[in-house]
Amino acid sequence: MAAMVTPIAEVLRDVPVTEKVVDAEDLHVSFVSKDTTVYAVNGVTFSLDPGEVLCILGESGSGKSVTLRALTRLLPKGKTRISGRVHVDGRDIMALNTAELSRVRGKIIAMIFQEPMTALDPVYTIGDQIAETVIRHEGASREAAYARALELLELTQIPSAKRRLKAYPHELSGGLRQRAMIAIALSCRPRVLLADEPTTALDATVQIQILLLLRQLQKELGMSVIFVTHDLGVAGEIADRIAVMYAGRFVESGPVGAVMRDPLHPYTQGLMASTVHGQLKGKRLRTIEGSPPNMEKLVNACSFAPRCPYAEARCLEGVPPEIWPVPARMARCILLEGQ
Amino acid sequence: MMTVHPERAAGRSEREQPLLAVRGLRKYFPVKGGLFNRSVAMVQAVDEVSFEVREGEVLGIVGESGCGKSTTARLLMRLIEPDAGEVSFDGAAVGTRDGISTKELRRQVQMVFQDSYSSLNPRLPVEDTIAFGPIVHGIGRTEAKERAYRLLGEVGLDPQRFGRRYPHELSGGQRQRINIARALALRPKLVLLDEAVSALDKSVEAQVLNLLLDLKKEFSLTYLFISHDLSVVHYISDRVLVMYLGKIVEIGPVDLVYNCPVHPYTRALLLSRPSMDPGDRKTEPPLSGDPPTPINPPSGCRFRTRCAYAEEVCERIEPTLFELDEHRNHQTACHMAVPGSGHSKAAASTTA
Amino acid sequence: MVEMKTLDMREGAQGRRQQGEEITVGSLRARSYWMMVWVRLRRDPVSMVCGVILILIALASIFAPWLAPHDPYQTSVFKRLAPIGSPNYLLGADELGRDMLSRLLYGGRVSLFVGLFPVVGALLVGGTAGIAAGFVGGRTNMLIMRLMDVFYAFPSVLLAIAISGALGAGFFNVILSLTLILIPPIARVSESVTTQVRTYDFVEAARASGAGSWTIIRVHVLSNVLGPIFIYATSLMSFSIIVASGLSFLGLGVTPPTADWGLMLSTLRQSIWVNPYVAALPGAMIFITSLCFNLLSDGLRSAMDMRL
Repeated sequence: MAAMVTPIAEVLRDVPVTEKVVDAEDLHVSFVSKDTTVYAVNGVTFSLDPGEVLCILGESGSGKSVTLRALTRLLPKGKTRISGRVHVDGRDIMALNTAELSRVRGKIIAMIFQEPMTALDPVYTIGDQIAETVIRHEGASREAAYARALELLELTQIPSAKRRLKAYPHELSGGLRQRAMIAIALSCRPRVLLADEPTTALDATVQIQILLLLRQLQKELGMSVIFVTHDLGVAGEIADRIAVMYAGRFVESGPVGAVMRDPLHPYTQGLMASTVHGQLKGKRLRTIEGSPPNMEKLVNACSFAPRCPYAEARCLEGVPPEIWPVPARMARCILLEGQ
Repeated sequence: MMTVHPERAAGRSEREQPLLAVRGLRKYFPVKGGLFNRSVAMVQAVDEVSFEVREGEVLGIVGESGCGKSTTARLLMRLIEPDAGEVSFDGAAVGTRDGISTKELRRQVQMVFQDSYSSLNPRLPVEDTIAFGPIVHGIGRTEAKERAYRLLGEVGLDPQRFGRRYPHELSGGQRQRINIARALALRPKLVLLDEAVSALDKSVEAQVLNLLLDLKKEFSLTYLFISHDLSVVHYISDRVLVMYLGKIVEIGPVDLVYNCPVHPYTRALLLSRPSMDPGDRKTEPPLSGDPPTPINPPSGCRFRTRCAYAEEVCERIEPTLFELDEHRNHQTACHMAVPGSGHSKAAASTTA
Repeated sequence: MVEMKTLDMREGAQGRRQQGEEITVGSLRARSYWMMVWVRLRRDPVSMVCGVILILIALASIFAPWLAPHDPYQTSVFKRLAPIGSPNYLLGADELGRDMLSRLLYGGRVSLFVGLFPVVGALLVGGTAGIAAGFVGGRTNMLIMRLMDVFYAFPSVLLAIAISGALGAGFFNVILSLTLILIPPIARVSESVTTQVRTYDFVEAARASGAGSWTIIRVHVLSNVLGPIFIYATSLMSFSIIVASGLSFLGLGVTPPTADWGLMLSTLRQSIWVNPYVAALPGAMIFITSLCFNLLSDGLRSAMDMRL
């Protein structure tokens, strides 16, 4: 399938609503090194509608960040083995060469990271970094690019935007740096924003500001967002749909309200139950026994079975298939069969 | 196997004095700059902080970055020397001749650090790390090792399998259990937990919290729990202390402070928690802007630059902790709460 | 096959033990840090080859009296500049007819010692100064490090020449001047590594346990600091050998008729026109030795960088 190249000046909101903006099928990612192979992502399939916010929820080692980076092929070249189909905005990401990929990044897919201090170049001003992206992708002139940079700083609610254009990253506080990073990401009106735990390193009062900002911008620009986090509260605040990831697979997905009110998969249930909050005071916390599996070994069984309170012998016979007990809700658990 | 110290169990109900009393603690850090590395500004990290820790309780300290909570913990253990203020442990002033020495303080008060890779010596097997403290305090090597062995079991790690392991062979949760075992090796009365569960995955966090509560009961410990995670503090603490830019802004029983916060900052902080209910989402952030740096903080009330109720009196006069409710010991540092302070929202003065 | 664990909600230490035991990644045997470094080093072919070469050279030099076919000082007018492969003179003879093989073997003793001993000496002095400066910090640090900077300001080779020139040629003087120029860089590396380690939480935890400074240095700081310092020192070895040879070459080092690679290079200089291969031999030895030290120290550095 030939990759379609849309003209650079096209406004993104004209694409029909029915077409999925991200379509990933059977994504597998592994990292091969001299000593060992790590199977980070083991069969992830999902799609994203335009304007939708999907939250990928998981703990460390679940493969959520790797999944995100695989969508834009931002993984170490020598070590990575990717297979599967990934289409973003109609383009086959796996089939793009380096030049095409670099045109897509920033323009169609943009990404924001957890640590703004390391994601921003310390030797260039914020204005320079935003303008660079605009000039590169839209061929705009310097004046136009800086005008757009100013527009973006105001859009991300950075106070004294004009002065801040000339600021260096180290002169800004954590929250402002994160906003600057968002401004850079949005500079070319991407269709998809990939967010890798962007609020984890921020204080509570700043985190809520950034989350609300992202929600607002997402609505205004009609952007789709894939947001990776380990925090259930963050998912609750920002997601339309949520996908819970464990050992490289989606073990549950569905509308955020439904999943959080009534989790189907035992892992999701365990996560909800072990979330600490004040009402549990005086009671012993429910925990999920054991620890995450070794990602260097792929087992042909349910990867959660060793820790699952409901595990049976059948769970070890193969990887549980995706089961859709209700339309739009999925869980990989054989206990749901026949419902 | 219960190892409650009998003298402590007996004395607890009779003791009126707090286990730890802090008065007027202050620490400023100089900011060096210029040609000769002179001091150009002061980071007012901790300023006139006073509070008590009662025996057997869990006192939580919450606040955002720059509020001084970690510095306070280090001041309490004398890892940093305070500029001013006094600390009394069990009635004895620390650092004075007729009080207790720093070394003795460090036997009674121990600290659990955030699990970072650098919290454990990568070159030592973990049982040596745990045994280090007792050996320093004169316990013989064999006995110290035995203690380390037993503690490994107490924190949920099989001593046979884990004793000779190195930190890099352990997971985050296991390393944190080692940190806890190390703190308990000296049989302290008070344990300071500085973001002890913040770096852990949620499921591991729950395990470690359960462990901490078990150990508290078993060894009759008192905890000072520092965290930025409001829910965890709510769960584990009896009382809570809220800090902002080096000052205490509110202190009281945790349920009271969380359900009826008085200080505007406490209110905003509590409202900033993302809701677990997607049907109940926020539309406005409770607080705008970033927490300012403690270098040259605002005059008067340090929160006034972000406070929706700030008035002229807030700029002129710095509010001090005011007792809201004598019995339940709920205090806040806000002019709005003090009758006759001059703030438009404050009640009229009660004195005629 | 995935193993199933039953939920065990028993209270007390036993119950906690069930909770805490998790599956750990990778090997379960506890290996000390240096053992792991050795295992990784073993897998690096370049380092192993260099290591073997260096060991062979060292052994050959140590056992020179037994291995050398001739007396290194025995001259012979007839055998002057005999080519490589001459009967009885395996590597030829130098400009005074002395057997090259014997002289290279004996020369190795001098060159290696003069090259390596200063590193050891500088490690002791500079390492101690640097660690002390790094640990104490503040004014003491400034004092020690600025003192080092004074020496650092001079280009090291010129400084070595100057010191040697002032002290005069001779075995002992060469070692002294080399040690002096190696102290500042080792001190600087020691100080920076120690300052870094000092900020780590486990050092603070040791202080929080009530330990005094000496105990902390001994138990916690040294074991973490010596590794990087040691690697830096091994990388200095090749430099030291070259400078020692250079000093001898300039006549500021060992005096004739002592066999020393640098000195041999110098005296064979004129002979390049007659028998270039023999004249190049001492240079080849210097080259191989210092290259092997360099590569080995690179390999060590990779082996120690574990990304744990």
